[in-house]
Amino acid sequence: MSSRIKSGHLTRRQFVAAGAMGTAAIAAACKRSEQGNWEFLSAEEARTLGAICDQIVPADEFPSASRAGVLTYIDGQLVRHYRRHQDAYRTGLAQAQSMSRRQFGNELASLSPSRQLEIVSGLAQQDRPFFELVRNHTMEGYYGTPRHGGNRDAVSWRMLGLPEPPLLGRAQYDLRKGSPS
Amino acid sequence: MNRVNAVVIGAGAAGGIVAKELAVAGLSVVLLERGKWYTAYDCRKDDLRNQRTTLLGNAFGPEDEGNPRVWLDAKGVPHTALPSEGVYQNNAACVGGGTLSYGAQAWRYLPQDFRMRSTYGAPPGSSLEDWPISYDDLEPFYEKAEYEIGVSGDYSGTPFHGPRKRPLPMPPLPPGREFSILEPAARRLGLHPFHIPMARNSVPYNGRGPCMRCRWCCGFACEVDAKNGSQNTVIPIALNTGNCELRTECMAKEILTDDHGRVRGVAYFDAKGRLQQQLSDIVVVSGCATESARLLLNSKSRLFPAGLGNRHDQVGRNLQGHLYTGAVGYFDFETYDDVGPGASIAITDYNHGTPGLCGGGMLANEFIRLPIHMIDRLPPGTPNWGLGHKQAMRHWHKRSIVIMGPTQQIPTADARVTLDPAVTDKWGLPVVRISGNVHPATFEVSDMQAKRAEAWLKEAGAIGTSLMSYRPDLVSAGQHQAGTCRMGNDPQSSVVNRNCQLHDVDNVFVIDSSVHVTNGGFNPVLTIMAIAYYASGGLVRNWKGTGFRS
Repeated sequence: MSSRIKSGHLTRRQFVAAGAMGTAAIAAACKRSEQGNWEFLSAEEARTLGAICDQIVPADEFPSASRAGVLTYIDGQLVRHYRRHQDAYRTGLAQAQSMSRRQFGNELASLSPSRQLEIVSGLAQQDRPFFELVRNHTMEGYYGTPRHGGNRDAVSWRMLGLPEPPLLGRAQYDLRKGSPS
Repeated sequence: MNRVNAVVIGAGAAGGIVAKELAVAGLSVVLLERGKWYTAYDCRKDDLRNQRTTLLGNAFGPEDEGNPRVWLDAKGVPHTALPSEGVYQNNAACVGGGTLSYGAQAWRYLPQDFRMRSTYGAPPGSSLEDWPISYDDLEPFYEKAEYEIGVSGDYSGTPFHGPRKRPLPMPPLPPGREFSILEPAARRLGLHPFHIPMARNSVPYNGRGPCMRCRWCCGFACEVDAKNGSQNTVIPIALNTGNCELRTECMAKEILTDDHGRVRGVAYFDAKGRLQQQLSDIVVVSGCATESARLLLNSKSRLFPAGLGNRHDQVGRNLQGHLYTGAVGYFDFETYDDVGPGASIAITDYNHGTPGLCGGGMLANEFIRLPIHMIDRLPPGTPNWGLGHKQAMRHWHKRSIVIMGPTQQIPTADARVTLDPAVTDKWGLPVVRISGNVHPATFEVSDMQAKRAEAWLKEAGAIGTSLMSYRPDLVSAGQHQAGTCRMGNDPQSSVVNRNCQLHDVDNVFVIDSSVHVTNGGFNPVLTIMAIAYYASGGLVRNWKGTGFRS
């Protein structure tokens, strides 16, 4: 990515700075999870789900699913539009946890990233419907609107290079060049 | 409640126009709408909850709670469907209906689309038929819809359209990047690309401003009110006459008949769930193909034990819509310009005239992509999760183009709406049951359309493609649903006559996509609107005080 500052885009450095500003929000969310103060998930379930989500959208130079608020999205929807999936989550997360304990003697969230990937890949094989459910919900939380708690600070949209906030009222003009496109 | 001249059921594309035409002509009208009157604020760019991407529900109705339907799978096993699920075949439930949040492609059907049986012959097992009216009959009303609702675009690039007396009232929006990439490619293939006609202001029109070209278009209500539907055109005119009363959150229960077999009004549940009666001289059913059929079937009486207009078991049959097929193209340069509405260029070269195929369809580029639309449209072989998926999103989101289109479906009598014998909605009314499929000849065409889309993308420089081609087991009616109260001259094989009047009862009209004999290879809304103008014109012309000459 070019380091030239473009209106509507963030350079890498600006992005890191913006991330630092968002740390307070993330810290608040972490605190909430430590207290087990989720709407549906238990603290342990949240840790397990976070580990699965972070394999589905892992961190690279852009944040992972859980750092982008995907857990807040899924937890919130499990008591709203996705109430019908509560049982699937309860059972599926317990299964992932028991796979992890059986295979590596520890809970999923405590394993090394490579072992987490092994468990999550195994889950994708053994319980395809549950894995697909989590996969789709993770994608929604990561790439959907920030309104429901996911895609925090529109991080995925920035990653894709979409102007955020969007430029409205510009009609057919490209503001970066200041001339009709 | 006071008796009125007309009750119109459903304030969508057709019902809004009928209400306006009747009210302007001086008839007293009650317009019933089961949904609410929403604004753009009720959706607010929610890309997980709008009328097109319904992962978290429909923004503009119906709600998932209390509005189930049932569909039959290929083995005949019934399943319950929620309004936010595709198999439900939802359109919308709100003032404006689908036109509040649609993409607003405003196509005229082609002359051949009204004469499908004569053009191709009916494939065995199909119910392919000609319309009792022609393109020429509808032409003045297409024009009226284009000018009253407001359509922008430019047909001059193609010879493949019906005769027209006036150009569109507004020029097309300036071309975006995809248009610039696809236009020369289509010409190199010998095709005739042109600007999609859109019920969207490109310049100030009808007292409202032009499109601001944002990313949140198809499926969303327009924040600057530049998208033209019945809610911001004809319905306000109807209300301004003082002759029309709009009652929202009112669900029609049944159409009431008297002992002489004529209709005397409508029973409905009001916003507080109380059962009400509205007596009237005539009743116009404009609830969209699935719900209009349901209301007729739910209107059972001594003289009409199988439902109103259903003496020959025709109500609900010939359900059709469109199945979209096409292709995604992947490019080694940026194709995305973040300028809405995105959909801009189309070809109609393939709608008719391919030897061995029964019809065809329009092909156009897709509405502007939101990231959520891209997660399952990455190149073949991309992992569907993990780092590979994330990086592919990053790489391809701005380097891809989707071309697809609605293939004209070959109807069958077995693709139909009936009443489910067990499931009822929150008002206790039997719900829609959907079963059957369109004729398999349709899929030969839709598969071919996908390959044609792919060829266009390759000519435009795509370095890779993936086909979007499906053969589902259930009729794909959805937002383009049509056909369930077929228009025809023969009462044995159709439900309404050429004036949209029930064969069985002369003071009931069905005016919406239900009357479409076939559904064209285009988005159907402008045809729905043209028929609404055409049928209300006939109704007003024959109106005689508290009745009419038929």
